[in-house]
Amino acid sequence: MSSQKNGWTGKVLYIDLSASMIKVVHPEDEVYRKFIGGKGLAGYFLRPHVTLPWDHTEMPLLIFTGPLVGTAAPTSGRSTVMSRSPLTGTIADTSVGGRLGFELKRAGWDGIIITGKSEFPCGIEINDDKVKIGDASKQWGRDTSSFFEEFYDGKCSVSVIGPAAENGVAFSSLIVDRHHAAGRMGIGLCFAAKHLKYLIVNGSGKVAVHDTEKLKAAREEIVRLTNASPILMGQHGFSCFGTGSIYDLMDSRRMMPTDNFTKTHFERAAELNANAYKEKYSPGKHGCMGCHIRCKKIARSKMAGVSMPEFETMSHFTALVGNTDMDLVMQANKLCNRYGMDTISAAATLACYREVSGRRDIAGDVLDLLEQIATASSELGRELGRGSVSYCKLKKNKSASMSVKGLELPAYDPRGAYGMSLAYALSTRGGCHLRAYPVSHEILRKPVATDRFSFSGKARIIKIAEDQNAVIDSLTACKFIFFAAGLEEYAKAYTAATGVASSAQDLLKVGERIYYNERIMNALNGFSAKDDDLPRRFFEESGSSGNSIEIRPIDRHAFLEARARYYRIRGLDKNGLPDPQKVEELGLT
Amino acid sequence: MKQLVDKYTDKMIKGGLAEAPLVCGLDDEMTWNRQAPEVPILEAVMQGMNINSLICAEPAEPYQSILVYLTERYPEVITPGDCETRTFLHDLPVGHEFSAKVIGSHLLYRKSVVIKADGKVKIVTFGTVSPEQAFVTFSSVCFAGFVLFFADFLADFKNGTVSETQRRAFDRAVSHLDEPRTDCPELLCGPFHREAEAYEAIIEAGRHTVEYGLVDSYFGNISYRLGETIYISQTGSSLDELAGCIDPCPLDGSSCAGVTASSELVAHNEIFLRTDNRAILHGHPKFAVILSMDCDRKECPNKKRCHIKCSEERTIGDIPIVPGEVGTGTTGLCHTLPPAVKGRRGAIVWGHGLFTVGREDFNLAFQHLLDIENMCREEYFKRVK
Ligand code: SF4
Ligand SMILES: [Zn+2]
Repeated sequence: MSSQKNGWTGKVLYIDLSASMIKVVHPEDEVYRKFIGGKGLAGYFLRPHVTLPWDHTEMPLLIFTGPLVGTAAPTSGRSTVMSRSPLTGTIADTSVGGRLGFELKRAGWDGIIITGKSEFPCGIEINDDKVKIGDASKQWGRDTSSFFEEFYDGKCSVSVIGPAAENGVAFSSLIVDRHHAAGRMGIGLCFAAKHLKYLIVNGSGKVAVHDTEKLKAAREEIVRLTNASPILMGQHGFSCFGTGSIYDLMDSRRMMPTDNFTKTHFERAAELNANAYKEKYSPGKHGCMGCHIRCKKIARSKMAGVSMPEFETMSHFTALVGNTDMDLVMQANKLCNRYGMDTISAAATLACYREVSGRRDIAGDVLDLLEQIATASSELGRELGRGSVSYCKLKKNKSASMSVKGLELPAYDPRGAYGMSLAYALSTRGGCHLRAYPVSHEILRKPVATDRFSFSGKARIIKIAEDQNAVIDSLTACKFIFFAAGLEEYAKAYTAATGVASSAQDLLKVGERIYYNERIMNALNGFSAKDDDLPRRFFEESGSSGNSIEIRPIDRHAFLEARARYYRIRGLDKNGLPDPQKVEELGLT
Repeated sequence: MKQLVDKYTDKMIKGGLAEAPLVCGLDDEMTWNRQAPEVPILEAVMQGMNINSLICAEPAEPYQSILVYLTERYPEVITPGDCETRTFLHDLPVGHEFSAKVIGSHLLYRKSVVIKADGKVKIVTFGTVSPEQAFVTFSSVCFAGFVLFFADFLADFKNGTVSETQRRAFDRAVSHLDEPRTDCPELLCGPFHREAEAYEAIIEAGRHTVEYGLVDSYFGNISYRLGETIYISQTGSSLDELAGCIDPCPLDGSSCAGVTASSELVAHNEIFLRTDNRAILHGHPKFAVILSMDCDRKECPNKKRCHIKCSEERTIGDIPIVPGEVGTGTTGLCHTLPPAVKGRRGAIVWGHGLFTVGREDFNLAFQHLLDIENMCREEYFKRVK
């Protein structure tokens, strides 16, 4: 392996916390080409260990950046944190923004593989090639806000888990640079399992690029496309209002999950939209490193300095749990970030509790319940902290957990978008909208609109989109920008950064490999067609029709047919399991 | 799938883009609109790619003559300077053999390829979510080729460098142009007071704009102001199919339901705030676009960046030409267009298209769009005489 690389640093940091041992790994060129970076590379390093229990000492915790991180390519400040999920048992990759990837890359690392378990609470501190494992005994138990107060100066990157992870909450998160979260899958608990409290990274190097001029040209094309995108840069788009800008839209399209997905329209939505937050909290713009869209919002007037809720949080902490108080959403979001908990799973688990317990009005108790979960201070808190599936099993009411493979569903009701129903069911990490992100064409009309109440063509669309998003999470860029740009433009950026000749279609092929590798890992852990499914409710109950839109139950037969088509297209057998020939063809043996 | 395949076959033919297109949609199996000898080659192309739809066709006249000429002049890659190309297509690669290998090798990198073989041109385009993408790209390639061809001719004419073949191609292309239409449709009369009327008027005017060839289906946008709300076509909607694709956007921004509205919502908004018009219509009429790019200044410091930098006060008749890119960036047309429209019938955005306004309804806006395009067309042929 030559030490002189472009785009990549060519170096991966390997840390064994049991032995306090550190070494440098130089992946082969071929590995880089086959898996790119981010979640691709992380998945490559996860696979040999993936059948271990999530809290096994040898289970690696992986943090990877991609070849575009730290370069001029737009939205390239993101990175992937990956392991096996305590919540679902599937692979667990989460994309996170902030400065983490940027600093890591500038410190000279394409990624970190963390294995073993420290005897005492510890933290990892990286200053370029100097790596230190520090004692975090004094920090254990501390909430994330106070940790940031002390250690985050905005110039380095600080990632930390909160008490929720330390107390075993299965959907605990990792909070990065105060306003960003590796939210889903219980990745925080994976840190806690290693007794790892924090990661601080400081990089001072520069990322070498193959062709600066060509990268600049690719950047210009991408920025031009984002400027032409109403969803990103328009006056109602993400840049102005944050992801919350689709709150009105979701309700008007009759797909806002309400009362634990028993309805799809929320009467009070108009008072709780992004504009209402804007008026009350006058949020300012903030973004991930290297991003010109800057979709993150931070309150400036009331609750100054606090992160504004993302769309999912706005929706689930209102419609899903039956709350109409905007302040409560702000407080719940703040609390989740402080304790380090995923807002989607937290809210969805509360909604599930509300249904199971038959309590109509839990709004007044939301904060208290969150507190009990995060601190594990009550029986109920501990029960809920294991996630909605576990809670429902305990209460012998399986139908109330609105999740796929144990991951609670985000805020798009699949009865209002059939591609979304496939995307949820087939996602390799469970109930997630971001794997195939069909909202893009089913609702936001990009690259063109598709019929959201039809399965026609959707199997292949979902497959292609999964491959594409696997590439994006490996480069690593932000999925939002693909509402405007495409792999056509990003392939140019990739080639300019790395010098590896590549087309959009070449990248899709790599994406196919990365995604198939995830199917293989899940299959090794016993996941099959029976898990690629949705809660019964969606096939049996209607949503809330209105606005001349009818929300019917999803036709189960049509769903299963589309899923079967997907298996054929993806090269899986009838049971959703990998096919040896395809495994070989993709170079994944 | 079959339904979509048939729909876009039909649109290709009705839109005068091709007489016998081949259209394919793919889920787990391929669905073609018809069988043809080219199908096995195209299926081989599709197998090598991660896509779900494809269109292949000999473009109809005048595009056929135009592209035959352009592929001779630019045998590797055609690079038109209009906005549709700049923003979405980047450039138009050319291949010289109708084989899976050649077609595939270009489509790996680009949304389209122009194949010139046996003296004829075929265009191949694809989509990843719908045949609509393939259709839109096909239509954009024809549009961009048209604009480049006539712009080149004008420039060469002024320089005295028109070649024999070029002249012949030009005459042939011109002979295939439809007569300019001068009759205006009778559109609903405003001012409108009810939402339903506004919707109906927008749908009707949109349909006519496409029918008159003043925009290709998919591009362009249209809006109507009713009280404090703008009703505007959605992003990526086709002006001839606007039912269900119009977003109501409060002028004060109190709802984000317009997040799917046209990328030019900000510009429309500004025009409504600065003038007392109620209707705005935006199309991409070809001769207005071509003339907007015709500039005689040899030593301009902004050369090559005209579309964002041009600071000259340029006009065609009473119509100003302004620079500006799609959308809201610092060089966005939302900054240049609204002041230019004030007190006028409309304005042209450099290399992009024409915006016109009407006080009560779309009758005037439509008439202006048509009149200005006809004026530009006349002016064009004056300049090449
Ligand atoms: S769009 Fe938002 S999430 Fe994506 S990179 Fe930019 S700031 Fe980060
Ligand atoms: Zn336009």
